[in-house]
Amino acid sequence: MSLRIRWRKLVNVVMLSLTGVCALLTVSVLFVILGYLLWYGSKSLDWAFFTRLPAPVGEAGGGMANAIVGSGKLLLLASLIGIPFGLLAGVYLAEFGGKTFSFLVRYTTDLLNGVPSIVTGIFAYTVIVIPMKHFSTLAGGLALGVMMIPIAVRTTEESLRAVPRVLREGALALGASKWKTVATVVMPAAMRGIVTGIMLTLARVAGETAPLLFTALGNRFWSPGWNQPIASLPVMIYEYALSAYDDWHRQAWAAGLVLLALVLITNVGARLVVSRGISFRRA
Amino acid sequence: MPNIPVTAGRARLSLRARQFLQKLRHGDEVAHLITLLAAASIIVVTVMLVYQLYINSILPRHKFGFEFFLGRTWDPVSGDFGALPFIYGTLVSSALALLVAVPLGVGAAIFLSELAPPRVSNYLTFVIELLAAVPSVIYGVLGIFILVPVLRSAVMPFLKHTLGFLPLFKGPIYGVSMLAGGLVLALMIVPYIISVSREVLLAVPVEQREAALGLGATKWESTWQVVVPFARVGIMASVFLALARALGETMAVTMVIGNDPKISASLFAPAYSIAAVIANEFTEATGDLYLQALIELGLVLFLVTIVINGLARLVIMATTQKGTSQA
Repeated sequence: MSLRIRWRKLVNVVMLSLTGVCALLTVSVLFVILGYLLWYGSKSLDWAFFTRLPAPVGEAGGGMANAIVGSGKLLLLASLIGIPFGLLAGVYLAEFGGKTFSFLVRYTTDLLNGVPSIVTGIFAYTVIVIPMKHFSTLAGGLALGVMMIPIAVRTTEESLRAVPRVLREGALALGASKWKTVATVVMPAAMRGIVTGIMLTLARVAGETAPLLFTALGNRFWSPGWNQPIASLPVMIYEYALSAYDDWHRQAWAAGLVLLALVLITNVGARLVVSRGISFRRA
Repeated sequence: MPNIPVTAGRARLSLRARQFLQKLRHGDEVAHLITLLAAASIIVVTVMLVYQLYINSILPRHKFGFEFFLGRTWDPVSGDFGALPFIYGTLVSSALALLVAVPLGVGAAIFLSELAPPRVSNYLTFVIELLAAVPSVIYGVLGIFILVPVLRSAVMPFLKHTLGFLPLFKGPIYGVSMLAGGLVLALMIVPYIISVSREVLLAVPVEQREAALGLGATKWESTWQVVVPFARVGIMASVFLALARALGETMAVTMVIGNDPKISASLFAPAYSIAAVIANEFTEATGDLYLQALIELGLVLFLVTIVINGLARLVIMATTQKGTSQA
């Protein structure tokens, strides 16, 4: 075998194994993250974390019950904004849309998806916080809601498009009007994909911190109603991790574990739902 | 006589009206209208977003004009706002991130599309997509508690010892630094590069590979000299998408970059990024000029990411043909 060929084979093996190393390195990052959070997080996770308010500054102990409820309230508000708009716009793109306008909507949606989350936060600040002159749950919910829209739109559209045309034709042939066809035949058939999309976008905004910093602000106590600053898990993690107290660092790890668990479980759940739906898509 | 055309017109009109009413009764027009409004509202929201950012940053634009982008001092007390240190920090940290993430991501994408068996590839892609879902504040926590100490105690002294003659690796070691910011960013954007590049590589026709192999190329040669060049536009697009992410990324960077508005050639020195200064100073901004200077920074960030994103999206649409939604 000539030297040249041997050299080429060597390059072949070396470079191909390097790509494998790249893949391995990247994948291992997830396990490093999981490992550290499980290790430090589970050491500091206790019952008080879920049931108690934060302790006064300087005192050890306390929990993040208000932040957990706060995150829930913010997500509820975000869903009320993001899901209806996302769903309806997705239906428009898949079922009613023309050509030019649909392209415009689709493109804008993609752009909106790429807007840095902190900029969305500024938007909510200018629209709600400035006129009302104070930080509020409402402003935080709006920021997260706007962030939910793009993924909700695109997944709804794609799931609806994946429904076979035969189903639509069948319904129309039986005399159903178009909206009845969409609402009672196409939407139920695409439900799995739509729900997945909504879960994915919920998981995404659940971990968002930047847009909440100056809309929902944060709160060391309960936040009644919708019109006051409110605590949320990601913002608490941020504040606690940067604080000077060891006990707060401990709680930041615990909160990080809870948040990551929620996000990853939602993600895995959503993706499993979709992979089971695949048999249908091929029909 | 002249009545006839009128009645004919009326009859036609009433026929159309009747059809319209029928559709209305069936709900089609109503449904169309409602969904149309929802779709239009997305455009309205986006336009409003730009408008709000624009009208809320008038003060610094009038006061500083273009100087805003060239000023090197950021002094809220004396009302002197120059954005250069933040622009520098954002650009350098993102460039650093790309320097690490592009080889890593493209390498991994090649492995996933060309080498790994489909099942393995799918599992690994699943894991990588989960990685993309990890909230940025969690990257920040790991950055500040794990990565920064490692950099401070091991990596930075080593670099200083071996490559210390370069201005890049000079100066005191704090741990929190441009280097830490760039590395955390790199980890965060790798998943985006991989998942888009992999799709683009998989879309390369199999004949291309077969032809190269048939001519006697090794697997690597066919991949590197045929498949990757074929997919290079799409790979570029994935890099641009990742760049847009990196520029706008806030929390993780804020937590590890050191937050010091100085321009320094050393990667060991603390720096500051646009997103980080907005996150840190927005709630404390006293006075309209200060607040609006921050909003103008937000506007700059928005415009830059929008342009990069817009280009990348167009390229991806053109190269993979089917829509990409979740990237």
